[in-house]
Amino acid sequence: MPRQRKPKLAVWKFASCDGCQLSLLDCEEELLAVVGEVEIAYFLEASRAVIKGPYDISLVEGSITTPHDEERIHQVRRMSKTVVTIGACATAGGIQALRNFTNVRDYIPLVYATPAFIHTLNKSTPIADHIFVDLELRGCPINKHQLVELLSAILNGRKPNLPQHSVCIECKQRGNVCVMVSQGLPCLGPVTQTGCDALCPEFLRGCFGCFGPKEMPNMASLASHWLKEGMAKPELVRRFRGFNAYAEPFRKESEAHEK
Amino acid sequence: MVTIQRNDLQTLFDALERRGYRIISPTVRDEAIILDTVHSADDLPKGRGEEQSAARYRLNRREDDALFGYAVGPHAWKQFLYPPVQTLLQARREGTSRSSGEPGFALLNPEGADEEPAMAFVGVRPCDLAAIRRLDAVFLQGPFQEPGYARRRSRALVVVAQCTAPSGTCFCASMNTGPSAPDGFDIALTEVLSTGPTVYLAESGSERGAEILRDVTCRPSTSEEISAAARAIESAAGRMGRHVDLDGLSETLRRSIEHVRWQQTAQRCLSCANCTMVCPTCFCSTVEDTTDLTATIAERRRRWDSCFTLDYSYIHGGSVRPSGMSRYRQWIMHKMSTWVDQYGTYGCTGCGRCITWCPVGIDITQEVAAVQHPSIESVTPPRENVHG
Repeated sequence: MPRQRKPKLAVWKFASCDGCQLSLLDCEEELLAVVGEVEIAYFLEASRAVIKGPYDISLVEGSITTPHDEERIHQVRRMSKTVVTIGACATAGGIQALRNFTNVRDYIPLVYATPAFIHTLNKSTPIADHIFVDLELRGCPINKHQLVELLSAILNGRKPNLPQHSVCIECKQRGNVCVMVSQGLPCLGPVTQTGCDALCPEFLRGCFGCFGPKEMPNMASLASHWLKEGMAKPELVRRFRGFNAYAEPFRKESEAHEK
Repeated sequence: MVTIQRNDLQTLFDALERRGYRIISPTVRDEAIILDTVHSADDLPKGRGEEQSAARYRLNRREDDALFGYAVGPHAWKQFLYPPVQTLLQARREGTSRSSGEPGFALLNPEGADEEPAMAFVGVRPCDLAAIRRLDAVFLQGPFQEPGYARRRSRALVVVAQCTAPSGTCFCASMNTGPSAPDGFDIALTEVLSTGPTVYLAESGSERGAEILRDVTCRPSTSEEISAAARAIESAAGRMGRHVDLDGLSETLRRSIEHVRWQQTAQRCLSCANCTMVCPTCFCSTVEDTTDLTATIAERRRRWDSCFTLDYSYIHGGSVRPSGMSRYRQWIMHKMSTWVDQYGTYGCTGCGRCITWCPVGIDITQEVAAVQHPSIESVTPPRENVHG
């Protein structure tokens, strides 16, 4: 089925580290296939050449942290047929959402020589708090195989295979030995969404929760298990406050143990 | 019954390799005894044992040189007979078919000749042999056969290691699946440590097993060795860390759909699916279709799935089991009640993996006991066994 014209792809950056956009360039062997199937119309990380909108697919990286970005994201939505948020910043507010638990005004003078120039919002918020988002890819950074799967699904008009279950399912299927049970290492795998191919447990590290909460995570049970095993409350709070600190289940559980 | 000296056990491995088998046995990796491809008796976890309790597994050293001095680890044999991810179909778009004018396609690698070598499972515990036979009932004895499972299973050779080292989470004795297997194996070994230097009593359970044993260096067993082996197995039956009361169990569970215990357990259950992944009889799968970017190749894959995911029971309009409670109840009901209706056996073999590998230590034996005996507020904590 020859397509009428190649769909136009745009990649947008908000408050983020660029790591998720780089995952697109990191597609290596699939990159040529991607370029063959879509017209890369707006991707400043890759090219200064810009083709005007509207765009068929917009990949949005980063969170909303400034009044300017709060406006800009609506322009992106208006120009885009399908909006896909990519990465922990865009889907949950990112590591910079740690500011949401404090007062950002207290920090500005510590960091910037001329605080008056800084126009920032009190909170770092996910894109879906501002506009309608069609699809999301979790992760810090996203997984390139999931990105290719998602693009293939959009281009071919099918449902993407993006499971929302725990990391544990992939971890066990890969034959890893559970680091929590065999070594007593704290691991967020049982409450975290899969997508990373259980990367950290494969290297005998506990999961950091880069892909955010799985469907219906039981945060309270995991927290009380860790407390019973002797974890101190401040440590418990830090465990839940990583790249997805502001994702609701992680946020609520960390706040419950902060008192 | 024949006796193989410890140093002659390698001749069994040699006999298997000569026949082209890929030998899979317990071996140590990443702080646990797992199952993997081995080439020699030296790859077995010599002198290693473990301590297992709810949500806890610790590898340790025994004071002897036993090769089978541990209970089951996180891996089960299903991963070899029914791999976690299987490609069922690959198709390539091929121009346009002449007859219909519609786009045509060609199948790539259609299901057929299996190039993989036959597998020899060495050191299968009786509870795990029982689990393989449960899977046989599911995949081979119904109206439809699972072709991949049938092919791998029929070629696989099973060398049982009768169990003389149960762990704190074991309860095969009460599920009537162990600690010894009377049949269903090609060869059965019993490790005897008490009569002097370690020896292995071997018996064949099939023509194939007998033929292999003829190539193994051994001598007839003495009556002293035979009774020592029987004592070791009997002692194992008495050292199970857990127990399940089977009396009326499946009926009791069936009548207990609304039992308050399900809600209590759901407070602890993570719905992470670890129990179903490590369970040697859990066989559920999902099928996913995918395409490449250019829509040239389409692929259909089957993956292990779990009744603990929201997607698992998703039908038009939503999930049938949205709550953690309904998911946990579904799993335990199937293992201990509806499996009996379907297959005439329990779906649980008492291997204890789900207890050990549950990250928060939910204990199936305590859960069923709480439903069976509502008067017992909290069941007495089971004692833990330590090897080594």
